[in-house]
Amino acid sequence: MLEIKNLHARVAGKEILKGIDLTIADGEIHAIMGTNGAGKSTLSNVIVGNPAYEVTEGSILFNGQDLLAMTTEQRAHAGIFMSFQTPVEIPGVSMTNFMRAAVNARRQAQGKEPLKSTDFLKIMREKRKLVEIDQKLMTRSVNEGFSGGEKKRNEIFQMAMLEPTFCILDETDSGLDVDALRIVAEGFNKLRTPETSAMIITHYQRLLDYIKPDLVHVLIDGRIVKTAGPELALQIENEGFDWIKSSLQETV
Amino acid sequence: MESERQYIELYHDAADLIRQRSCAVMNAVRDAAFQAFASQGFPSRKVERYRYTDVAAAFAPNYGLSLFPLTSHPSPFIFSFKDAPIDLTPYYNKVADASDGITALNTALAHEGLLIYVPRNHRPSAPIQVDNWLRATAPTMMNRRVLILLEEGADATIVINDKADAQPVSFLTTQVIEVVCKANARLDLYEIEDTNPLCARFSNVYIQESRDCSVKHNVVTLFNGHTRNLCDVYLQGENAEITLNGCAIGSGSQHIDNNTLIAHQVPCCQSRQLYKYVLDDHSVGAFAGKIFVGKEAQKTSSQEVNANLVAASTARMYTQPMLEIYADDVQCNHGSTVGLLDESALFYMRQRGIPEAEARTLLKNAFMGQVIDQIQYQPLRDKLYVKVEKRFRGELEKCEECRLCK
Repeated sequence: MLEIKNLHARVAGKEILKGIDLTIADGEIHAIMGTNGAGKSTLSNVIVGNPAYEVTEGSILFNGQDLLAMTTEQRAHAGIFMSFQTPVEIPGVSMTNFMRAAVNARRQAQGKEPLKSTDFLKIMREKRKLVEIDQKLMTRSVNEGFSGGEKKRNEIFQMAMLEPTFCILDETDSGLDVDALRIVAEGFNKLRTPETSAMIITHYQRLLDYIKPDLVHVLIDGRIVKTAGPELALQIENEGFDWIKSSLQETV
Repeated sequence: MESERQYIELYHDAADLIRQRSCAVMNAVRDAAFQAFASQGFPSRKVERYRYTDVAAAFAPNYGLSLFPLTSHPSPFIFSFKDAPIDLTPYYNKVADASDGITALNTALAHEGLLIYVPRNHRPSAPIQVDNWLRATAPTMMNRRVLILLEEGADATIVINDKADAQPVSFLTTQVIEVVCKANARLDLYEIEDTNPLCARFSNVYIQESRDCSVKHNVVTLFNGHTRNLCDVYLQGENAEITLNGCAIGSGSQHIDNNTLIAHQVPCCQSRQLYKYVLDDHSVGAFAGKIFVGKEAQKTSSQEVNANLVAASTARMYTQPMLEIYADDVQCNHGSTVGLLDESALFYMRQRGIPEAEARTLLKNAFMGQVIDQIQYQPLRDKLYVKVEKRFRGELEKCEECRLCK
């Protein structure tokens, strides 16, 4: 599904990613862990095409297509979705209008007719139930006045509406209490199909208790320095990153 | 005085004809107004309130003077000055600032006046609507004069539409609206401009409120050429309220200049102002709003906000909120912001698959929505939501029959 080769990227003139190689196959879930400032969020922003980030070297193929040649919205239409670490508030744009614009833009890109209003609202209702998000939030402006938990749940709701094939969860667990974390994670699991792949960025094991990764990667200073099975996340939870860093120095 | 010369000559040539088509109350002050104009000419950019608009340049082209009668929707509350049910002498040209060059020229040249008169404690069941269609085959100047008089306890909603089809003819409109509200009157006054890039508009609105009045004035510039709107409000009775809202959308090389003055002259009055601009391409916007609080005007509450979205680096916005306070027990605040489209919101929407152009439209529309939300008269509000969105999408049909209040 996703094939990243020798990816270098910078933001505001500073090089953050220094040669990432990462392949995520159909249906696989990969967790990315790492110290603050290691480049985890840069990696996800580069994949979705945030214009603030500049790729200086390397390539990303998404289902065989050159992802870096695509606009942000084309990548979304191709099936890429990111749950934002900090969901953006958009005053004056209601959730319903926002969702309708997003769903219909995607349908248009697929050569489909826009959804009829009644059908759209019906789908909204179904997906809302799936992630247990309150109807009253739908009439409000996007994320405006939402609590931290509501914002994260709203990200998963949008994921449900857009039915992506590749999801990035960028610290979706940060700022969530245990119950909210469970609802969000269960929502994600319900939405998953056998083909859905995901990249989960997290500092903690607890999200991975709900969403089992196939592989765990450790990102330090813009490079993936270690890759192993789910047990690696547990080890990091218990021992931190220092042991990985010191083993790196030894090899140098 | 190049620009002025043709209007001075015009007056010498046409004054008799204008007089014949006009009425006594207008003719009585005509010569004095002409003298005031001839001696001072058009306000130059050195005049504080005209800093952002080159008046002489706008008046420089040669326009033919329109002396056609005004038309309006039939209403028991609308009259030509000639048929006024009351004596207009105590009101006509009294609230207006005779020292303003545009007002003076309008007073000299306007041949007909429109009176909207709502008697004591009357409340028209439907909004009073005036449509100005600009249509001609040659460049034309129109001078429009309106007097709105609300007697004690009267309550009215008035919608004034300025419309022009997409047509290759230029227009110059001057307008003076005088509003006199007696005690406890309530007025919602809407002005919607939806013209074309060849239209120049100079509008001066003067509002006088007595005690316990409540007036809302909304001026919406949907589509235009060169627009200058002045609005002066005199709060002369305790407990009077004024809300001035403005919505200005500029693209191409449009020019929109709103200039307001709210004079708190007595205690316990309230004023609210919200003007929002969205400017694209090479358009230019200006807002200057002064709140004057006189020595007697204790317990004044006043708020002025001008927020602007500059959506293109080639567009320009000038903003100048002003407070002048002589009383010591007042609550006044004023502020202005000029910003670009929120990049993080744009990115968020694009990540959800909303194309960039659509995302920009949604953001501009949302920004303007805050002013449209404040329109009380729901059918107009609903129409404007649609119109504003169409405007941002570049889909505003210039020929559609516009009867906003139908």
